[in-house]
Amino acid sequence: MSESQKQDAQKQGAVQTTGHAWDGDLQEFNNPLPNWWVWSFYATVVFALIYWVLYPAWPVASTYTKGVMNTITFTNDAGEQVETHWNTRALLLRDMQEGQHAVRSREYMEQVAAASYDEILADEEMLAFTRSVARGLFGDNCAACHGAGGAGVMGLFPNLVDDDWLWGGSVEEIQYTLAEGRMGFMPAFRETFDDQQLDSVASYVLSLSGHEVDAGLAASGNQIFQGEAGGCYYCHTSEGTGMKSQGAPNLTDNIWTVADVPGAQDHDARMAAVKKVIREGVVREMPAWQDRLSEDQIRLLTVYVHQLGGGQ
Amino acid sequence: MIKHEQIETNAGLLIALTMIVISIGGLVEIVPLFFIEDTIEKVEGVRPYTPLELRGRDIYQREGCYLCHSQMIRPFRDEMLRYGHYSLAAESQYDHPFQWGSKRTGPDLGRVGGKYSNEWHVAHLLGPRDVVPGSIMPNYPWLLENDLPYSDIQDRLRALRTAGVPYSANQEEYEANVERFGEEVAGQLDILNAEENLVGQALNGNYDGNRGRITEMDAIVAYLQVLGTMVDFGQYDQGYFVEFR
Repeated sequence: MSESQKQDAQKQGAVQTTGHAWDGDLQEFNNPLPNWWVWSFYATVVFALIYWVLYPAWPVASTYTKGVMNTITFTNDAGEQVETHWNTRALLLRDMQEGQHAVRSREYMEQVAAASYDEILADEEMLAFTRSVARGLFGDNCAACHGAGGAGVMGLFPNLVDDDWLWGGSVEEIQYTLAEGRMGFMPAFRETFDDQQLDSVASYVLSLSGHEVDAGLAASGNQIFQGEAGGCYYCHTSEGTGMKSQGAPNLTDNIWTVADVPGAQDHDARMAAVKKVIREGVVREMPAWQDRLSEDQIRLLTVYVHQLGGGQ
Repeated sequence: MIKHEQIETNAGLLIALTMIVISIGGLVEIVPLFFIEDTIEKVEGVRPYTPLELRGRDIYQREGCYLCHSQMIRPFRDEMLRYGHYSLAAESQYDHPFQWGSKRTGPDLGRVGGKYSNEWHVAHLLGPRDVVPGSIMPNYPWLLENDLPYSDIQDRLRALRTAGVPYSANQEEYEANVERFGEEVAGQLDILNAEENLVGQALNGNYDGNRGRITEMDAIVAYLQVLGTMVDFGQYDQGYFVEFR
């Protein structure tokens, strides 16, 4: 575009350009911004000015402007009303104390806290509240080990869905397990037993739950189990029915929590699974939750776990 | 007055002015934090990491854990209910760099310490789906296979000391640490004993369940188990931390 042509175009007012040209004919449009955009921009400026006055905004030396006519009142631990400038931490405190959800949940919480386990289990509404809160607590705190549904992990973390209880399935026992934790321990017999004795004891243990085993081996295993050589009966009892105070499982019911007998395909694999446990022993820890969860939360979880499997 | 055209046709000037404009945003948001007294809450219990925890932190960064896990619990009701007390600035004051993160593909780890057992962490890092069936976290089997290299631990502590973390390099600094953190912690922060401390903690703690060896698993589990546990929130009024904002 020649210089005269450019001037013509500007005279007509068709398109405003910045007035300079590159490479002879490359020009830059200079259209005004749309009005809606310009006014929106001014509005954000006005918004910012108001915001600066009302909310914490500008740093001043070692502090900052805290905002005027904008306070939050919350209750501190001593029960006093504290008024402070607007900030997200105070906002949270107020929300936890006076928020709609917090208030409703507290009402239920107080009701459940005042009720006995029997009353909770008998009341449809309290039970529904307990399930819904405890499901969240369980998912956050318990599911990591026991699984989202409570089925546990064979060998590591006990199944809570069945009606077999290592440490007892009454509400009192479940509450104690949750609050204080449990330490499951069975000594390792790798130093005590030779291969022959391991085979014997494993055969006897499998025979207790009705598996077909070598009768001779089982008989000598019985001697070890009931005698001082093994001393298994201390915890598992002479009948093999286990002892809840020790967390010693019942060996006669064919429910397995440590040795993966159900997953074994044949007799040899079953023997191997049982022998592994006898050889290596068991150390399993259920952490204590009383420092992490409140007493009320533990009560809710107790009811939930009791309901998961066959509570007793 | 500089004209539009002058700026646009002068690349050097354009770059200089662009940088000034962009840096204003950073300057007004970051610089005041160094001068405002309430930036870091005054709380007891926060201490620098022990040598073993520090190596665990190094591995945490090496494996890119921060890409999916944040370590910053925000002051919202749902986060408090799920994760616990919101994170304090004081709690990451010795972190260089901090691991706050900005993306949660996995859960926040700001208070994961003490929540699960060591055995759980080992099982979970080896195969997350063994314990959390729906997990999409990768397996990290090499953590248990690799011996933890720690011959350079003193250099690592010295580097952090340069950045202002109170690891002690001489008697005077050690005594200052005793005053500040107590004797037990001060001993752990002594650079000259770093190697002994690391080995001692790993063998005593036996985090990986394998007493004979010190593996990378020992270090990362030791680190995970201390996250968010240093401040005892029970001893503070709920309103105390509000004063710092």
